[in-house]
Amino acid sequence: MSLLLAPFMLRAALAATGVALAAAPLGAFVVWRRMAYFGDAISHGAMLGVALALAASLPVFWGVLAVTLVLALAVAALAGRGVPVDTLLGVAAHGALALGLVAVSFVPGVRIDLMAYLFGDVLAVGGADLALIWAGVALLLGLVAWRWRALLLSAVDEDLAIASGLSPRRERLTLMLALALLVAFSLKVVGALLISALLILPAAAARPLARGPGRMVAIAMGIGAASALGGLALAALADSPAAPSIVSLATLAFLLTHGLDSLRR
Amino acid sequence: MRLLRVRGLSVSLGGRRVLEGVDLAIAPGEIVTIVGPNGSGKSTLLRALIGAVPAAAGIIERQSGLRMGYVPQKLALDSSLPLKVRHFLDLPRPVSPGERARALDEAGAGGLEERQLAALSGGQLQRVLLARALLGRPQLLLLDEATQGLDQPAAANFYRRIEALRNRTGAAILMVSHELHVVMSASDRVICLNGHVCCAGKPEQVASAPEYRALFGTGTGGALALYRHEHDHAHEHEHHHPHGHDRPHAHEHHHDHHGEHAP
Repeated sequence: MSLLLAPFMLRAALAATGVALAAAPLGAFVVWRRMAYFGDAISHGAMLGVALALAASLPVFWGVLAVTLVLALAVAALAGRGVPVDTLLGVAAHGALALGLVAVSFVPGVRIDLMAYLFGDVLAVGGADLALIWAGVALLLGLVAWRWRALLLSAVDEDLAIASGLSPRRERLTLMLALALLVAFSLKVVGALLISALLILPAAAARPLARGPGRMVAIAMGIGAASALGGLALAALADSPAAPSIVSLATLAFLLTHGLDSLRR
Repeated sequence: MRLLRVRGLSVSLGGRRVLEGVDLAIAPGEIVTIVGPNGSGKSTLLRALIGAVPAAAGIIERQSGLRMGYVPQKLALDSSLPLKVRHFLDLPRPVSPGERARALDEAGAGGLEERQLAALSGGQLQRVLLARALLGRPQLLLLDEATQGLDQPAAANFYRRIEALRNRTGAAILMVSHELHVVMSASDRVICLNGHVCCAGKPEQVASAPEYRALFGTGTGGALALYRHEHDHAHEHEHHHPHGHDRPHAHEHHHDHHGEHAP
């Protein structure tokens, strides 16, 4: 039990809760706009960012942010063309992941723990990481709150948004850039492979419980934070891997809410 | 004075020219209806007017500060997004409960505030979309196939509501429809569109224009019969645009035209 109260555990809990809180509203928009693939493409691109940062001896955060931003812009440009993008996104996601893994193996003199980047290493989060994560959380939540109605109307119907004097393209870009930022600062917590899950699962789990968009985001935040804390507790008590435990609990929440919802009908 | 003037508007979608050289002007308070077969560019024209698709050529002049309201054919709303009617009316600017109730009443959608948008019937959704457009106090209201999916009495009812709205607020209405006979009687002007403007004018003029007959002649016997009986046959023909039609849509032109003048 004392493990649960160790300082590294407290840092892990704060880091994971922060990521879950920031991921919930973005995840809701990803679900509403059917953009799950975009999340994958951007998060898998993070591996390429890791490789480039190590090769250039830069902090990993900046390398990942640079690559995910470029990917987000490229993807936004493609989406604006009306090209059927799912195939291209699949290529971008797995191409960037594979290229990143190959590139990492060629970085001379560096032995890195690949697993830590693919699945996160939340128990190793330090004080500086924590400050970075919460700065990112504040920035993302502020951004979503500021653009809320514009983002929402663009998700409801792009033509209506245009007729109201908004630019759905700009709102889509805002969302892409926010996703890139989220991936960069949560890489250490959940890793490149599971960020998409933490984005989508809490929002999807919240859907049957919500009658309005704001409520859906709030419930998703609660489910995300509970999964984060529960997953960490599981990791500490049963020695399971932390990030997969968090995602497993979020999956369980999804099954529960949707199961109950289909029983009620 | 014109609210909106369009000159030589051409629009391409995915490399295909959908609209070619469209001219159009809307004056305050008039009800103008665009009719045309499927794929004739009716919806694209409205989307170009709100700025949702770029013009490949031509110009769209709006009176400065023109307030436009847009009622789309349907919403792209995903079922994963829970949204009550009152949430929807609060986008992009929150409105007071009083304003909201007034707009809903005016659109014939009173009492729907707490309903989920995705659970509304087609007619209810149309009225809610109209209510949202009214919140912006539009000088020009654009309606895209607003009565699609409604039965005929409901559609006629909707058009009467639009007409009453125009009479009360003085807003001009530009609408797209395929319900020819209902629309014809509710419109001040009709524009027949098939990629370009085939013919335009007062409803009875357009109904008897050979260009219109070529497009609709066979499928809408009832509607045309109505006009044959109700209107005298002394047609003015100067509204027939003499420009060459580059689309092969004129088949039995002359037959239809002569047929109409037969006793």
